[in-house]
Amino acid sequence: MKSPPDHRRGARFGLRRAVNACVLVVLALVPVYAALTGDNFAMTLFTRVIILALAALSLNLIMGFGGMVSFGHAVYLGIGGYAVGILAKEGFGSGFVQWPAAIAASSLYALVVGALSLRTRGVYFIMITLAFAQMAYYVAVGLDRYGGDDGLTIYQRSSFGPLIDLNNKTLFYYLCLALLLAGMYLVWRLVNSRFGLVIRGARSNERRMRAIGFPTFRYKLVCFVIAGAMCGLAGALLANHTNFISPAMMHWTRSGDLIVMAVLGGVQAMFGPLIGAMTFLLLDEALSRVTDFPDLILGPILLFVAIYLNGGLDALIGGRRRG
Amino acid sequence: MVYFIEQFLNGVELGMLLFLLAAGLTLIFGIMDLVNLAHGSLYMIGAYLAATFAAWTDSFVLGAILAVLGSFAVGMVLEVVAIRRLYGRSHLDHVLGTFGLLLFFNELVRLIWGPAGLTLSLPNEMLTAVQILPGLFYPLYRLVIIGVTLAVAFFLYVLVMRTRLGMLIRAGASNREMVGALGVNIKLLYTLIFALGAALAGFAGLMQAPILTVQIGMGENILISAFVVVTIGGIGSIRGAFVAALLVGLVDTVGRAFLPDLFHAYLSESAAGSLGRSLSSMLVYLVMALVLIVRPEGLFPAASK
Repeated sequence: MKSPPDHRRGARFGLRRAVNACVLVVLALVPVYAALTGDNFAMTLFTRVIILALAALSLNLIMGFGGMVSFGHAVYLGIGGYAVGILAKEGFGSGFVQWPAAIAASSLYALVVGALSLRTRGVYFIMITLAFAQMAYYVAVGLDRYGGDDGLTIYQRSSFGPLIDLNNKTLFYYLCLALLLAGMYLVWRLVNSRFGLVIRGARSNERRMRAIGFPTFRYKLVCFVIAGAMCGLAGALLANHTNFISPAMMHWTRSGDLIVMAVLGGVQAMFGPLIGAMTFLLLDEALSRVTDFPDLILGPILLFVAIYLNGGLDALIGGRRRG
Repeated sequence: MVYFIEQFLNGVELGMLLFLLAAGLTLIFGIMDLVNLAHGSLYMIGAYLAATFAAWTDSFVLGAILAVLGSFAVGMVLEVVAIRRLYGRSHLDHVLGTFGLLLFFNELVRLIWGPAGLTLSLPNEMLTAVQILPGLFYPLYRLVIIGVTLAVAFFLYVLVMRTRLGMLIRAGASNREMVGALGVNIKLLYTLIFALGAALAGFAGLMQAPILTVQIGMGENILISAFVVVTIGGIGSIRGAFVAALLVGLVDTVGRAFLPDLFHAYLSESAAGSLGRSLSSMLVYLVMALVLIVRPEGLFPAASK
């Protein structure tokens, strides 16, 4: 009883797989390309793509699958980064201390923010998450000991003893890539688990989910904390990548960037945040090479995607998804 | 005491400017259900247009009038070309689209006016300070801002509460579909509301321009404050926006003026300085978080949906 559109969908599903596989192959081969051509800038750029993709992925867990639009997600990048930076400055150089601290601090902040914010709905939720991010931003501005507004240079990357040397750019790149893939696997498992079903159910009709007996608040809070923890890890990576932290990491426009990446790629797609982050950052880079006014082109492109591609770039390769 | 009154007036002035931005934002939010991150760009455009027109016409007032009309026109074009296509979509699409517009406008301004800022100078008679109490001199221009924005607020009140257009605006805020079903030209109404919001934002930008410099990105931080006002006031409520704008303006200004001194009494010089600075910048967000925790739909929730 198959109708023709099903065949087409099958073909398009294949296209999505092919595109995703291509993205992974490209990411895996970047260091090889860099080694062959000596193009170190490509390494730097793609490391950044991967780290921000991890952050956008964590945002998409709550935003795309849970319907919780957080407009302050960059705050966890900042908290993760500051955990690494502050500990480094105070003489705790070990990554075994810094990274768990980054994850713990951002989880804790997410727990507080989530517990207070998840009572609100819609635009009010967007705004209260923004408010909490702004508060953290101004705390960082006031941290005179850690550079205040100017930020803080980190002189020593997190050390993992003989295990892995983060100063080795290739090793660091592959570590970031491995963490991103692990993050994507985790999100995929979560979204398709019973837990994920409750979260997705709460997005489409929270009242009904509560009526059939799920304490949706607790489920959403746990989801919110997991996303915060993941983004905190991305923050720790980002601090190690740039060797620098500053309040600008959690400025509201950075949170806007993360939303843009996730929505650009497609919030219903597992690869959406990665493809979105890659497109956004590479496009920005490419445009600023050919013109002095890159945003004059980038801005309308984003507007175009928002207006015409319901479902982001993912809609190009797979049509609209259910839900 | 004199210092306190001065800071109080500064707070009122900031609050009134925020109200100009927030009034348009809350209408656009409440009626079209649109998250507009480009609203700050219209504020910036108002300031740039005023600086340019004032230089052409050699008159501050003429420049200001032309700039408000210009902002209205920009708002209209923007609504027809882009914004209209985003109605009824998810907030995520709004964020993506209007974030794109924000990038576009920043770059456009850089292309037209260059990366350096502009200045908009006041006519000489505005530069004086007036004695409003024995021993208290206050800049005339800031009083003018307060007076003019109060007049605009009154005009908005009459427009929204006493005219047919205002009736449609209020009806649109409480039930959009019904207004459309009753045969009102919704498209035109939306265009007018958006352009009105743009004109108000542009007006706020040009009023603030002589005090600060006219520069790229000037709308970004004040946009967030305006969002805070809209949220505290309750989305779609002009009355709420007015109360919340005064609240935010006063809390912010008075906090910045007095918190550091308060901490000086208990803490060392440097600790008090940095703590006071952080806390006074955080204060409005703290107020907003508290308001939303107690009242998840703001102080004056618009009529139930």
